Amino acid sequence: MTAELCDAGAWELGAKLDIGEITAAEVIESCLARVEEVEERVRAFLTLTPEVARERAAELDVHRASGAPRSPVAGIPLALKDVLATKGIRTTCGSQILEEYVPPYDATAWARLSGEGGVLVGKTNCDEFAMGSSTENSAFGPVHNPWDLSRVPGGSSGGSAAAVAAGEVVWALGTDTGGSVRQPAALCGVVGMKPTYGLVSRYGLIAFASSLDTVGTFTRGVRDAALLLGAIAGKDPRDATSLDDGPGRDYVGTLEKGVDGMRFGVVQEAFGEGVEPGVRDAVRAAVERISAMGGRVDEVSLPHADYGLSAYYLIAPSEASSNLARYDGVRYGLRVPDASDSIEMMARTRGAGFGAEVKRRVMLGTYALSAGYYEAYYGQAQKVRTLIIRDYERAFADHDVLISPTSPTTAFTIGERADDPMAMYLSDVFTIPANLAGVPAITIPCGLDANRLPVGVQLTGPVLAEATVLRAAHALEADLALALRPPLLAA
Amino acid sequence: MPVEIDVDHVARLARLELTPEEKERLREQLGLILEHAAKVGEVAAEDVPPTAYAIPRSNVFRPDRPDAMLTQEAALANAPDAEDGRFRVPRIAETGS
Amino acid sequence: MAGWETVIGLECHVELSTRTKMFCGCRNEFGAPPNTNVCPVCLGQPGSLPVPNEEAIRRIVRIGLALDSEIAPHSLFHRKNYFYPDMPKNYQISQYDLPICVGGHLDVQLPSGEVKRVGITRVHMEEDTGKTSHVSASGRIHEAEHALVDYNRAGVPLVECVSEPDLRSPEEAAAYLRELRAILEALDVSDVRMEEGSLRCDANVSVRPAGSTELGTKVEIKNMNSIRSLERALVFERDRQIVALEAGQPLVQETRHWDEDSGSTKSMRSKEEAFDYRYFPEPDIPPIEPARAWVEELRASLPELPRARRERLGETLSAPELELEPAVIAGLLSSDRAETFIDVQRRSPEVGSRLIASFVLNEPEAAELSDVIVEILGFVHGERLSASKGKEVLEEVKGSGRSPVEIIDERDWWQVSDADALGAIADEVIAENPEVVEKFLAGKDAVIGFLVGQVVKKSGGSANPTLARQLLQERLSR
Ligand SMILES: [Mg+2]
Ligand SMILES: [Zn+2]
Repeated sequence: MTAELCDAGAWELGAKLDIGEITAAEVIESCLARVEEVEERVRAFLTLTPEVARERAAELDVHRASGAPRSPVAGIPLALKDVLATKGIRTTCGSQILEEYVPPYDATAWARLSGEGGVLVGKTNCDEFAMGSSTENSAFGPVHNPWDLSRVPGGSSGGSAAAVAAGEVVWALGTDTGGSVRQPAALCGVVGMKPTYGLVSRYGLIAFASSLDTVGTFTRGVRDAALLLGAIAGKDPRDATSLDDGPGRDYVGTLEKGVDGMRFGVVQEAFGEGVEPGVRDAVRAAVERISAMGGRVDEVSLPHADYGLSAYYLIAPSEASSNLARYDGVRYGLRVPDASDSIEMMARTRGAGFGAEVKRRVMLGTYALSAGYYEAYYGQAQKVRTLIIRDYERAFADHDVLISPTSPTTAFTIGERADDPMAMYLSDVFTIPANLAGVPAITIPCGLDANRLPVGVQLTGPVLAEATVLRAAHALEADLALALRPPLLAA
Repeated sequence: MPVEIDVDHVARLARLELTPEEKERLREQLGLILEHAAKVGEVAAEDVPPTAYAIPRSNVFRPDRPDAMLTQEAALANAPDAEDGRFRVPRIAETGS
Repeated sequence: MAGWETVIGLECHVELSTRTKMFCGCRNEFGAPPNTNVCPVCLGQPGSLPVPNEEAIRRIVRIGLALDSEIAPHSLFHRKNYFYPDMPKNYQISQYDLPICVGGHLDVQLPSGEVKRVGITRVHMEEDTGKTSHVSASGRIHEAEHALVDYNRAGVPLVECVSEPDLRSPEEAAAYLRELRAILEALDVSDVRMEEGSLRCDANVSVRPAGSTELGTKVEIKNMNSIRSLERALVFERDRQIVALEAGQPLVQETRHWDEDSGSTKSMRSKEEAFDYRYFPEPDIPPIEPARAWVEELRASLPELPRARRERLGETLSAPELELEPAVIAGLLSSDRAETFIDVQRRSPEVGSRLIASFVLNEPEAAELSDVIVEILGFVHGERLSASKGKEVLEEVKGSGRSPVEIIDERDWWQVSDADALGAIADEVIAENPEVVEKFLAGKDAVIGFLVGQVVKKSGGSANPTLARQLLQERLSR
């Protein structure tokens, strides 16, 4: 298989669309052909929207022919994790309880892309309500990692990661609450960016844990991440926690500045036991490259990061227990018939509509907030959150970017951790602290392990330092020049 | 030590019907998860303030200006059951608060 | 019932009359077709987010200032978690340990005239729920087969004002609620219509042996939709509790429902359910931290509050030279007519204050009509128009918008003060009523009133009665 349009970067496609070398119709056909070819094996999508996509592409070509200027996202095929609301297009959250739900409005991030000419290919599979690290918790079956179909793509945004890795779309949006963009990006060998909390509006992001949820990007390169983030970032009057534009949204302009003189801190706690040797080696090698490029590298400590996992598994389920209370069979979604009263209807609907992991977290969160336990659990977890924020403040006092593995392991086998929630939770141990502190972090591929599975390196910056993080990631990416291609496509 | 939790009580609060097998499994799993989670109590000292919002800000308001609303049809489009322009639910035996 | 003391605290919910809801731009109005004032936010659609209404925050701060509350420099919304079909998210965005307004008090004038200071615990901001109708063939709630939910009211800004348990009788509670309503009216923040639910009140009631300082078992009563029903419910509940205690029956802490028709409170027995609201900070809404300067600006711009106004105007109206009866003063004070009275009185110093009061007291539009009233009073005082015709002219002005002079001209209501013309009529009346004249001459002075009436009647109502009386007396004493 030769490189096709669907394997190109958005910036590259954009340049060709701009000069009329290719059309949006050709780009979407290329993606749809790839979907046709691999989707049966990858199962990245829950809903495909080829007709809408073709129509949109045709409109864009007509518009383009009139000589109108093109937005960087116009004509670029994309996918949305199925927790982002799309008006008139079913949005399931990977859950039985929302199997038939059709939102009456668009998520702001999607509305911005749509408004600029983004072409939606479909809605991607994910762990139910974004709770999970393997996409095995979807009510609609697992997604298969394009690097090894017997393995998970990571999660919870596994469908978006796999779709981008397999070339079914050029880029995609996911959500990251504890690592749900970065971990699957690392496991699928693509670039995953989790911005500062509030940089991208959460309006229409179906809430899992509101104080941690972010919309993030999946791309095959850092330049595309900068383009896509620029298109969705910015203050939204419908999200009270969305941030004012801050330093401006051009993340592309500073990409080429290199890392010479930049101060990097290697997180010393992130190389201990539980980290696979293949992961450790690839990340260490990336650190060497940064050093070789003139980056100033030393070790840094995030002493409370270890407690982050515990805090996260109290805060996120607590908020989730409240956020998911609305799925009660009254206004939308599943309703179990023949209940004798409303209490019974709600309890049975929720019992039937939620999967095991959602029930586990709803129960955990309900308990952690309940009378007599709030202080010991939720209250203490919020204090740990303070300690983690202070850790970062100290680290960023003399560093620009922190480096760690994204995930302690590469992609694991489907079913391997399904019955061991604690082992699954450990997948996110390096990604969770950034969510607790609200800081931006990116993962880029930095090599393959002995099983030829991708390894991701995570670069973390202080609040609203997206441009810095992207710039460092871009330099590393260029230096590594990996040109990864999953075996699924090489065949 | 795994934490003992009253699964029935918590399930009632969460309005979640569980099978006996689910209850048993949750009793075990939640006990273990909470044992691990209880680590938060080890480090968080008295004088550490809690953080509810990662990025500190305040006073974010909306002007008192009408915005687009849904039609009744759109509002009820996803309703499992509706009658006379309203959402229909089984009888309500309990009282609100 | 002697020997017992009643302890009452009130929790009042006030719907603010903002244009839009608390957390979304849906119209805040009463009576729209079901589920038409709704959007993804107030329907609790997945992914929607609340953004607080600035005007609602401004209004609750003004309410807090009017109640002498402290405006908290840092305040949070919390989620109150419980399931109910009329709550779109199954949690209510409310406030918990960090309300916007803390403490305060309300001075209530009791029927005895004494002024009582009632403590305010807190005033906080929250959102209203939707409306549930229970449908059953029999019409009884507990026999309902299903229920229907309308979310038009869901998300309407609701201010909850909690009093200390400082009230000692149903009458005091009613007076408190009346005063609170008057303040909210003066602030122009709510429609405060109990029958439409824009002002709702729950009461916590307990009784204890007089002289005891311990609180008795507290019962919460709900569903009173007028001040009168609040008072009735409290009387019933107080008596019920005392009777039970005197019979040696223990009381249970519970919630009871006031039933207007039977005039009694009923226990709200429900399925066994644990109430544990699991409050936690609402992550979707950043804290509210009102700037001191802004708060002071709002404080300075508060309107005069009912009690201060009553005191100020009451003093003016009680001046001995005005010779107003206490009932008239109270009537004027209970509305904005006191100001109109004072205004008209100042502009017509020669007119008697009782006459002014008779024009202003029962005229709902007195304030807008004050110019017309001044003009009409001028004619009445100058004896060019009778007082009763003056009131008819006022009615006509309201209905037609024409000027008083036009109306009096057209109706020919100017009083005849021409002695010759009236003298002729007086002569006729004397000739036609020989028996009455006889009585007068026999010393029954009062009957002259009848003769004056006859003159006025014969003149078609235009005769100046004072002149008529004078002419009759002249003729009869000859
Ligand atoms: Mg309340
Ligand atoms: Zn609304």
